[in-house]
Amino acid sequence: MDLFASLGDGFAVALTWQNLALALLGCFLGTVMGALPGLGPSNGVAILIPLAFTMGLGPTPALILLTSVYYGAMYGGRISSILLNIPGDEPAMMTCLDGHPMARKGMAGEALALSGIASFVGAFFATWGLALLAPQLVKIALLFGPAEYFALFALAFMTLGGVSSTNQAKAAFAAALGLGLATIGVDTQTGVPRFTFGEVHLYDGLDFLVAIVGLFALSEVFIFLEHRHGGSDAAGKKMEIGRLTPPMSMLKACTPTMLRTSVLGFIAGVLPGAGASLGSFISYTMEKRLVDKEGTFGTGDPRGVAAPEAGNNAAAGGALVPMLALGVPGSGTTAVLLAVLLALNITPGPLLFTQNPDVVWGLIAALFIANFMLLALNIPMVGLFTRLLLIPSRVLMPIVAMVSFVGIYGISGSSFDLLVMIGFGVMGWVLRKFDVPLVPIILGTLLGNSMENNLRRAVTIDNGNWWTLVDSPLALTLWGIAIVGFILPLFFGARVKAGMRARRDEEGSISD
Amino acid sequence: MTLYATRGLIAAAFLSLAATAGLAQENPECIAPANPGGGWDFTCRQVGKSMQDLGLIAKTMQVSNLAGGGGGVAFAEVVNKRNDSNDLIVAASTATATRLAQGAYPGNTMDQVRWLASVGADYGVIAVAAANEIQTLPQLLDQIKSDPKSISIAGGSAVGGWDHLKVLIAANAYGIEDVRTVKYIAFDGGGEAVTQLLAGSVQAFTGDVSEAKGFVDSGDIRVIAVLSPERLEGEFASMPTAREQGVDAIGANWRGFYAPGGMSDDAYNAWVEKIGALYASAEWKEVMATNGMAPLDLQGAAFQQFVTESVAQIEAISREIGIIK
Repeated sequence: MDLFASLGDGFAVALTWQNLALALLGCFLGTVMGALPGLGPSNGVAILIPLAFTMGLGPTPALILLTSVYYGAMYGGRISSILLNIPGDEPAMMTCLDGHPMARKGMAGEALALSGIASFVGAFFATWGLALLAPQLVKIALLFGPAEYFALFALAFMTLGGVSSTNQAKAAFAAALGLGLATIGVDTQTGVPRFTFGEVHLYDGLDFLVAIVGLFALSEVFIFLEHRHGGSDAAGKKMEIGRLTPPMSMLKACTPTMLRTSVLGFIAGVLPGAGASLGSFISYTMEKRLVDKEGTFGTGDPRGVAAPEAGNNAAAGGALVPMLALGVPGSGTTAVLLAVLLALNITPGPLLFTQNPDVVWGLIAALFIANFMLLALNIPMVGLFTRLLLIPSRVLMPIVAMVSFVGIYGISGSSFDLLVMIGFGVMGWVLRKFDVPLVPIILGTLLGNSMENNLRRAVTIDNGNWWTLVDSPLALTLWGIAIVGFILPLFFGARVKAGMRARRDEEGSISD
Repeated sequence: MTLYATRGLIAAAFLSLAATAGLAQENPECIAPANPGGGWDFTCRQVGKSMQDLGLIAKTMQVSNLAGGGGGVAFAEVVNKRNDSNDLIVAASTATATRLAQGAYPGNTMDQVRWLASVGADYGVIAVAAANEIQTLPQLLDQIKSDPKSISIAGGSAVGGWDHLKVLIAANAYGIEDVRTVKYIAFDGGGEAVTQLLAGSVQAFTGDVSEAKGFVDSGDIRVIAVLSPERLEGEFASMPTAREQGVDAIGANWRGFYAPGGMSDDAYNAWVEKIGALYASAEWKEVMATNGMAPLDLQGAAFQQFVTESVAQIEAISREIGIIK
């Protein structure tokens, strides 16, 4: 009953007109920032810090504003994924895979509404998890040493086959390319620069956002330029918007998916070394392994939209656990929030829950409020967002290019990143010609560094003994799941695929 | 994004119309040479906020994050493109001095900028998990001496970075001949390193007082040595220094600012004066106390001198341990 008393106090703190207005403002700005490619949640929060300081906000209102932006951006990231096939931020990458095909099938409204609901379910679940379990959950994070993290990342890569339904070899090539790109920069385990060619801008490695915006957004622009003599105007592509709310049957079909992936995503979020991107990725691939019997994932399956969205929003909530209870940021955004806490003279850590209960519970109550606001904001706005599809490409593409350039320049303030982005854009264009999936490249770049570092940490700690990688029950379990996920499809995949093909021929409806 | 930033600035400008007009610094800007969330970012934002609260600057300090190359991108940008700016200050710390000393900013040296002032220091600590039987720094170093493989030390900086060097300074002072045998594991930030100490993956932690504070309060970790000349004040007074245990090692992570090399003397002096006034204020003392920062009161020429010595010292250690040749 303690919990409800604390939560009640929290709502008493959060339910003032000022705090509600701040939450609304934060949700709205967050959604917009999340939707713009190049502007992710961490930049969004960072931009608003001066505003919070200028307004002279106390710790709780400031946190309410900034976490609303954080949650809002996690919601918003999906919008451009679905409508434009350009992820608004890193974790929204997986939403492209089924969200955009849905939009192409004329189900954009349903995809947006469904993903909004999935986001709500994930975030709602995660906020409860945060309220109920935060102090206990920290123990999960402590089970993960370098060896276990390595096994977790290996697991992620072994389920990579789930991303590309067409050509496994190309997916593997893309992942290898990503892993290669991840080695650029100063190696933290030895202090030696690798592949930097004396260029100081490359010392910190490649920024994922630069890579994402280049690969997805700019290559889209290049493709458009190439085809501009063809059907480039609105009449040429004529997308249908379809109905704006998903039918009950679709929601029902997606409910188990949303619940499962909320749990998975939340756990990924709680681990400081994993984060939201891994959360949405594992959610998608696991769900595909589990329920994709007909091979419809990747062609616009609603469950393929619900899975990563519930996963990444749950992970966003989960990432607040180590930030509050350990003072360890699990993602770029929580690192910014952590800095804000410090600037407000609040020390996160094991004692935060007892020393500053008003801040913690006010924040949790605010998250609940923000979550309902976001649902209320997003569902009616679906109609507005889908109008975006009616904009002819010749108008839309220059806007995409402009937003990409401004957004990327805004992150680092260096023109070098713009050149890197153009490089990635050209690369994305070439790879699309060869039909190589782009998502594994980003995953390789995103996870490659952590994977390598954890491998080397584990082996160094155990003085070069490689058996350390399978030395704990948890590591063994993770390896077990990875091997089952990787080997089994090799044996059974062929048979299942043959069956699928037969069925498709019968139905004669799905083609890709 | 610029849209919102501008809006914030406009709002700030309106709010501060009544405040005193700044003379030298009309559009104060602070470059944090890292992504939001790190120590440099904190320095910029906290100093900017406090300066505005105290009325030292008329407008909100604009904080630009110019990440890359461990501060090298920002350093090169200031030297090459912003050399004449009078409105600009850049956050710096021991990490900046370490990289300058190790030549990790290709083609740049510390003489290309003007060093303004310090705003405090964060002394290094060496800690173990509360359950560990090691109680003192000499015990830890003895064990490293007899069996270097048995102790892994986690820190938040890369190999050759300041968290690493601090341990090596202590090991060196204790008479460990080949400091390269000391096993250091680099993590992404002090928080992750402490977590791995709690998880039992590593045996010891090297970091700053501020990174360790929350876990010391909760009783999860035990600080076996703080690398300060004397015991720290207040709630940190219970931590023994390395010096009183017979290990003559001092490691302070100072925080401060540099300015472009071409800044006018008037602007330079105005900034020095403003940061000095900030440092002297009661509000800043409180910020320092809550964040576990120790006093380091150096401005102008004295700070310039301090950084020069700091760079020279790090260069000597780095040469000794073979990080630079």
